[in-house]
Amino acid sequence: MAARDKHGSGPPHGGAFSVIGQPARKPDGLAKATGEALYTDDLALPGMLHAKTLRSTVPHARLKRVDVSRARALPGVLAVITGADLPEKYGVIPWTQDETALAVDKVRFIGDPVAAVAAVDEDTAVDALELIEVEYEPLHAFLDPREALSRAEPRIHEDKKDNVTKHVRLEFGDVDGGLAKADVVVEGEYSFQGTTHAAIEPHCAVARVSGDGLLTVWSSTQITHYLHRALAKVLGLPEARIRVVQPALGGAFGGKSDPFSLEFCVAKLALLTGRPVKMLWTREEVFYSHRGRHPMQMKYRTGATKDGKLTSVDAKILIDGGAYTSFGLVTTYYAGQLLTGPYDFPAYRFDSTRVFTNKPPCGPKRGHGSVQPRFAFEVQLDEVAEKLALDPIEIRRKNYQGAFTTTVNGQRITSSGFGQCLDAVEKASHWKARHGRLPFGHGLGVAGSMYISGTNYPVYPNELPQAGIQLKVDRSGLITVFTGGNDIGQGSNTVVRAIVAEELGVELDAVRVVAADTDLCPVDLGAYSSRVTFMVGNACIDACRKMRAQVTQALAEKWGVEPSRVALVKGEALEAGGEERRLPVREAFQLAEARFDTLGATGSYNTPKLGGDYRGGTIGASPAYSFTAHVAEVVVDLETGRVSPERIWVAHDCGRALNPVIVAGQMEGSAYMGAAEAVLEEHQIDHRGLVVGPNLLDYPIPTSLDTPELHSLIVESVDPEGPYGAKEAGEGPLHPAIPAIANAVFDAVGIRLRELPLTPARVLKALKEKRARDDAAGLKVAGGK
Amino acid sequence: MLRLPRFDVQEPASVAEALEALARHGDRAKVIAGGTDLLPNLKHRLAAPAVLVSLARLDELKAVRVEADGTLVLGAMVSLDAAGAHAEVLRRAPALALAARQVSGPQLRRMGTVGGNVLLDTRCRYINQTHFWRKALGFCLKKDGTVCHVVSGGSRCVAAASNDTAPALLTLGASLSLRRADGERTVKVEDFFHADGTANTRLAPGELLVAVRVPAQRAGHRGAYVKLRSRESIDFPQLGVAARVDVEGGAVVDADVALVALQARPVRLKGVADLLRGRREGEAALETAIEQAGARAYQQCHPMPNVPGDHEYRHEMVPVYVRRALKAALGSA
Repeated sequence: MAARDKHGSGPPHGGAFSVIGQPARKPDGLAKATGEALYTDDLALPGMLHAKTLRSTVPHARLKRVDVSRARALPGVLAVITGADLPEKYGVIPWTQDETALAVDKVRFIGDPVAAVAAVDEDTAVDALELIEVEYEPLHAFLDPREALSRAEPRIHEDKKDNVTKHVRLEFGDVDGGLAKADVVVEGEYSFQGTTHAAIEPHCAVARVSGDGLLTVWSSTQITHYLHRALAKVLGLPEARIRVVQPALGGAFGGKSDPFSLEFCVAKLALLTGRPVKMLWTREEVFYSHRGRHPMQMKYRTGATKDGKLTSVDAKILIDGGAYTSFGLVTTYYAGQLLTGPYDFPAYRFDSTRVFTNKPPCGPKRGHGSVQPRFAFEVQLDEVAEKLALDPIEIRRKNYQGAFTTTVNGQRITSSGFGQCLDAVEKASHWKARHGRLPFGHGLGVAGSMYISGTNYPVYPNELPQAGIQLKVDRSGLITVFTGGNDIGQGSNTVVRAIVAEELGVELDAVRVVAADTDLCPVDLGAYSSRVTFMVGNACIDACRKMRAQVTQALAEKWGVEPSRVALVKGEALEAGGEERRLPVREAFQLAEARFDTLGATGSYNTPKLGGDYRGGTIGASPAYSFTAHVAEVVVDLETGRVSPERIWVAHDCGRALNPVIVAGQMEGSAYMGAAEAVLEEHQIDHRGLVVGPNLLDYPIPTSLDTPELHSLIVESVDPEGPYGAKEAGEGPLHPAIPAIANAVFDAVGIRLRELPLTPARVLKALKEKRARDDAAGLKVAGGK
Repeated sequence: MLRLPRFDVQEPASVAEALEALARHGDRAKVIAGGTDLLPNLKHRLAAPAVLVSLARLDELKAVRVEADGTLVLGAMVSLDAAGAHAEVLRRAPALALAARQVSGPQLRRMGTVGGNVLLDTRCRYINQTHFWRKALGFCLKKDGTVCHVVSGGSRCVAAASNDTAPALLTLGASLSLRRADGERTVKVEDFFHADGTANTRLAPGELLVAVRVPAQRAGHRGAYVKLRSRESIDFPQLGVAARVDVEGGAVVDADVALVALQARPVRLKGVADLLRGRREGEAALETAIEQAGARAYQQCHPMPNVPGDHEYRHEMVPVYVRRALKAALGSA
């Protein structure tokens, strides 16, 4: 089995990189900018039908009757399906499968799919939905996670013993002892509101059954492989009769990493009608399918010695999961497991519980499971620093665990550039001259974080590679590389192209990437857990090195030199030293084809065995961790309470920036998204169970005018495990944004906000309370800090 | 994507033809100008007209002109973008220009019109939603239902006037030219709106808003419009405040403040002129008067939980935005 270690982190030919590290344009960038790119909704097949979903109007009920006869009779309607047509359960994690494509017996939230219609056009399908009669027998709806925790009946999932998805309690070291011996203990309750991804492309799927019975599903998914398996299970078809393709994708951020109702519905409707079927969700339906960041209520206790060294951290977390599990098992672990860096925790305990509620299901959103605890802890760490009169950067530096170490919960840390990240944001923000010294209303805040570069825990246990690559080298000089990896805009195809160009010495435009098509590409597990660059990248190097060996050997034999003297660089094959012969690389490929037969190679990657030796110890174990530090600068309007993040300096250790423009883009996008969650966004459910304003007018994502100035500072620690030393850059850089902004608000106006988002109303209320406290203490707020 | 209901579109080439079409189709027809308010509302099934009478070809409604007596006349089809950038609008009615510039975002301001903004339908968190969502809610007074979700037990719709231009026009003493097949009437903006969220204007059936008329202001006219919203763009007002302050010889001679996004009609703040009149720029008494105007606004205005945004917070913002509007107006000279 292939693992990265044997390939080292340098270029294939010694010397300097020629492609890696260069700011190359994305291969699909122009097509997306000009509108030429084909998204799933751009597919229009002959005879294609359009499908729509009927959804529950009640939050929790037994389905007494679903009568589709009138809908079926409507001219133009070709098929109507209900839960009875697709009763097989699915779910991304094999042992928590609790979803069906359409409701069977019960509905569990407002928006839960009940029936689907395929008709000649969308309008007819919409009209048909109105003709379906549904009778509900309402059940008590759980909208408060505390109630769901304390009350087992009625059960939202009747095969469970109560309304708890998962409870995890893990303890490492002497937590109570650590708190007892601490000079200072800070306790606090923090809450995260729940947010959604708001990817600009709504979910869409198209299915077609060809004459020979092959089912093809095109979908805006970030997990082609898991979807392939789920379709086979739910439809009762062999995997070999199903092809899944991901066309160009307009953003995902974790919101497309579950199998979704529409994918099964279009497939079933295509099988029933024999015609292609498309379903495009409305924005409102995307809000119902959700899988957004979980609301969490978090209690933290942190102990430290007088000089600022942490002694112990104790966490209790209640997670509001919504109606289904999705990745919830992992979420419950991640909420605790991913907090143990970049700081050294001598002792740590977390008690984390995810409950079901009658709301749209939560799931993974960029920084899955760990963004909320990171907010709580980094704010609490600031409170510890405040109590000890320590500089907030200094306390982080003091507790930094360093590189090549093991965390308290048994996670192996390899490279770590967190110290450099702190240095970089401190310097760029002029922290020393400005923190604590800006005019009242202006402030700086810092926070740090750690995140995984993929996990060694595939969602279904198996011994197979986690990423595979196949190369085809053509005598024309063109290299086609086949990857199961899902490019969801993060640039994974760009990375694959750059690695192949580097390894085989060709120009970027001599490499074509074919991705995310289960008929054509070897399996990759998908775009989640920040795993694609790391794992597909390693698999790619693995395949390329095999191919390169053939090409260099063929040339070496022709030139009568050692293969190590042959370099492939920028379209040429060169002899290093000696007679310095050179040849177009295309001719070198032809020599190799003549010498070895038609050229092709495969490569793969699997993680080393990792993780703590306890139940759940592999969850959160990653072959390498990225590290981030932010300094945020905010302005607080003292009259309106509005918090405006003005600037964010993001320093991120991505190991090695394979393409610095894309890395910086991920850092900026992450900070943008985090800042939005800090001050604006809230996926709110009202007392009826209705999503408050499921549209992009009521759910405000920042416009360009609301976006802070973003400064990306790339730190390269060159990790021994990553492709050329690279680690993730797509999710980690989000984490510190929220606590850094909250900490900056404290620096600006002296209030600690522990509840998100930092709305003007909350800020104003806290300012008033502070004025009242200060007045009572005979101080004057406006007099300075 | 949400689907539009099916309808026919007519594109008359003159106002006369448009009026004829409206007369012919009666309440089966709706007028479409820029469509930025109407089309989302149709997608939400808040109306189902069989015919849309488009004003797109009526070039006669697309001009801004100044009459001999200094009256500024904006055709109903002048885009918000054009109104906000027009030199005469900026000079003669700065509050209107500032309001137009703060409607939605750049793309929608190029489509949206002055007339359309004046006639913007009232808005509420419970009405500007899809048919499915409203069905799950149990519908409401304004459309398809019998209850109000804002005021428990309420029998009158309190959806909020959300047109940024309306308070500016109120402070400017503007009027509206309304044309019918049998003639034209002019209605003062302050008489045009009434406090019923289901239909908050006095536009008669078959009548077309053709122009907005802003009378000549005093030599020392100053004006401004400020807006509370979640973001710096796109959003409808959670509170909008227009101010007019006329300053002659360094002293305030008249003033007016109007607010929007409180109730179904834009409202004028009472007694502002009395507070500010005679106060001189640069003197503390003017600052005090502005503070008092804010305090008075807090007493007079009571935001309801109709539009998005915490209504208690919006109430707290009333004096802040009134002060800001007055100060912005004073600073606009």
